[in-house]
Amino acid sequence: MATEALGWWGVPLAIAAGTMRGGTPFLFVSLGECLTEKSGKINLGLEGTLLMGAMSAYGVSYLTGSPWFGVLAAGLSGAVLGAIHGWLSQQPRVNDVAVGIAMIIFGSGLAFFLGKPFIQPSATQLPTINLASSGMAPAVQAALQISPLFLLGLAIAPLMQWFFRSTRWGLFIRAVGDSPEAARAMGVSIFKVRMLSIMAGSFLAGIGGAALSLYYPGVWTERISSGQGLMAVALVIFARWNPMACLWASLLFGGAQSLGPALQSVGIREGYYLFNAAPYILTLFIMVVTCSPRRSLVGAPGALGTDSQGRA
Amino acid sequence: MSASWRRKLESLFIPFGALVASLVLFGVFCGLSGANPLAVYGAIWRAGFGQWSTFQNTLIRAAPLMLSGLCTALPARLGLVIIGNEGALVIGGLAAVATGLTLGTSVPPLMVQVGMAIAGMIAGGIWIGAAGWLRHYRAVNETISSLLLNYIAIALLNHLVGGPMKDPSSLNKPSTFPLADVNMLSSIPGTRVHWGLLYGVIACVIAYFLIQRTTFGFSARVAGGNIRAARVAGLPVGKLTVIVCFLAGSCAGLAGMVEVAAVQGVANESLNVGYGYGGIMVAFAAHHNPLAAILISLLVGGILASGGTLQRSFALPDATVLVFEGLVFLVVLFSDSLYGKLPFFKEKPTITSSPSPPPSPGQEPVVTG
Repeated sequence: MATEALGWWGVPLAIAAGTMRGGTPFLFVSLGECLTEKSGKINLGLEGTLLMGAMSAYGVSYLTGSPWFGVLAAGLSGAVLGAIHGWLSQQPRVNDVAVGIAMIIFGSGLAFFLGKPFIQPSATQLPTINLASSGMAPAVQAALQISPLFLLGLAIAPLMQWFFRSTRWGLFIRAVGDSPEAARAMGVSIFKVRMLSIMAGSFLAGIGGAALSLYYPGVWTERISSGQGLMAVALVIFARWNPMACLWASLLFGGAQSLGPALQSVGIREGYYLFNAAPYILTLFIMVVTCSPRRSLVGAPGALGTDSQGRA
Repeated sequence: MSASWRRKLESLFIPFGALVASLVLFGVFCGLSGANPLAVYGAIWRAGFGQWSTFQNTLIRAAPLMLSGLCTALPARLGLVIIGNEGALVIGGLAAVATGLTLGTSVPPLMVQVGMAIAGMIAGGIWIGAAGWLRHYRAVNETISSLLLNYIAIALLNHLVGGPMKDPSSLNKPSTFPLADVNMLSSIPGTRVHWGLLYGVIACVIAYFLIQRTTFGFSARVAGGNIRAARVAGLPVGKLTVIVCFLAGSCAGLAGMVEVAAVQGVANESLNVGYGYGGIMVAFAAHHNPLAAILISLLVGGILASGGTLQRSFALPDATVLVFEGLVFLVVLFSDSLYGKLPFFKEKPTITSSPSPPPSPGQEPVVTG
C-alpha cells in the first residue's frame, strides 16, 4: 500500500480514496436498483448483471482498445439481462425474487463462460482525472485520481431525483410502483413501464460492473464482485428509495469497505472481515429500528413485492 | 372425469416440457460455442446419471441441496420468502466444526457426530429463526434480512477462519484445524456416498409429513394462506413463524454440518460454494414440496456433477454448468405461468350449461355511434 510512507495520516487519505473507488460500483448498482424498485419490482439478479457488465466492459475494451466502448457494452449487456428479468418476472405466478436468484446463477455463469479468455490479457483502462499537482507525495497523487465514471454517477443521482419529482415519466414510474390500479386508470401500461425501468436500471448496474473491471480494481477475475449487486437491494432500503440518499449511502458503504484495508496498511489486522461486514450489520440494525408492525417503511413503493400483475 | 386427467397430464407435461426446452436452449448455447450439443447431452447423462459410479457424485451433491432447499421451502408455506440458506449453512458448518474440535477424541465418535449435527442445526435454526422473529415482531422484510444475514455469516466465517480459529499450517486457503478422521461421517456401505444423503432424504420426508399431515403443518398453511383468518381462528401466528423458520434454518445448518463433517473436514471459504442459492432454486422449482425437492436436487446435483467432464471432453469452461443450471431454473420458473394457458389442457366447457340469461331491461349493450 502507498499509505505506508505517510504513516497514520495515510488512513483518512486511504479511506477517502477508497470511498470514491469502492463507492462507484455501489453508486451505479444502487441507482439502478432504485429505479427498478420505484416501479414496484425487485431485481436481485443485479449481481449477475454486475459480473456480466464487468466482463463485457473488459472484453470489449481489450478487443477494441477503447474503454468507453467497453462501458457502453457493459450497459447494453446489462439491459439485455434486464429485459429477460423484466419479462419473466411479470408473468403470472412467477416470483420476482426467484427470478432474481436464477438470474444471478445464469448471469454469473454467462459472464464466467464468456470471460474465460479475458482473464489473462490486460485491457485498456479508463483514463482518470488527476486533481493533484506534481509536487505532492505519490500517495496523495494516487488518492486524488478521480474516475470519470464516479463523476458520471455523481451527476446521475440528482438527475434521477429530478426525473422522479418533476417529469411525466417519473410520475408514471412512481404511480406504477405505488398504486398500479391508479396507474392503469391513468392509461399507463404497467408492463411497459416496469420493463423499461428494469432495463434502464440494469443498464446502470452494467456500468457499475464496468467501474469494477476498468477502474478499480481494474482487472477481470471471477471474484471481482464481492456481492455488491445483491447489496444494492439493502442499500436502496437504507437510502429509502431516494436517489440522492443512494449517493450518500454508496459513499458510506464504499468507505466502510476501504476501512479494513486502510487499517491493515498501518498494521491493524484484527477484524478485517468484520469491518467488511459493517454495512450489512448497519443496514440490518437500521431496518430493525425503523420497521414496526404498525406501519411500513417511509418511502417504500406501495406495490413493492406484491404480486400485482399488470398486463394492461 | 376427463377434466382431472387433463389436469394431471398438464402437471406432468409442463415440468418435462420445461426440462426439454431448457435442454434445447442449452444445446443452442453449446452449438454456438462450438461443441456438438448431442455429444454434450450424452456426456452430461453419463457423468451425472448414466452409471452407478458417476451417479454417486450426483448423490453427494444432491444431499446438501435437499437440506438447503428445505430452508426456503418450509417458510414458503407460511408465505415467507427466505433466501438466507447460504448464511445458515455457513453458520451451521462453523458451529459443527467448533463442536467437533472441542469434543475432539475425548468421547466416542458417534457422540461427536451427533453433537456436531445438533450444534449445526441449532446454530442454523437460530440464524433463520431470527429472520422469522424480526418478520413477525418487527415487520422487517424476511427476504432482505435473511440476505443480510448471509453476508454477516460469511464475514464471520472469514473472520474466524482467518484469525481465532485458524490452523497456522493452512497458508493458501485459511482454514480451521481439521476434524479428527474418526469423527468424520463415513460412507454408506458399498458406496462413496456419505450418510448426509440419508439425512437429506429423511429431513425431506419428515418435512413433508409435518406440513401435509399434521395439525402443526395445517396451522402453518392456514397462516400462510390468510393471516387474518389464522388470527381469528386463534392460531399463534408469531410462534408458528419462529418455529417454522427455526426448523428451516436447522435444515440448512445440517447441510453445513454434512459439508464439513463428510466432505471438507475443515471449515473454510469452500463452505459457500453455491449450495445456498442452488437450494433456493430447488425449493422454487419443487413448488415448495419437500418430496419434489428430493427429485429436483438429484437433477441439479447431476448437472453440477457433470462440470468436470464438460471441461475435460469439450474444453468448455467450468462455468458451463452454471449457465445450464441458470437456464433450467429460468425456464422452469417461466413454465409455472403456463398452467391453465395451454389450449390442449383447458377443460372443455360443459355443453349442458344453461344458456346465458337474456339481458334484463336497462342492461343492453350501449351502442354508441
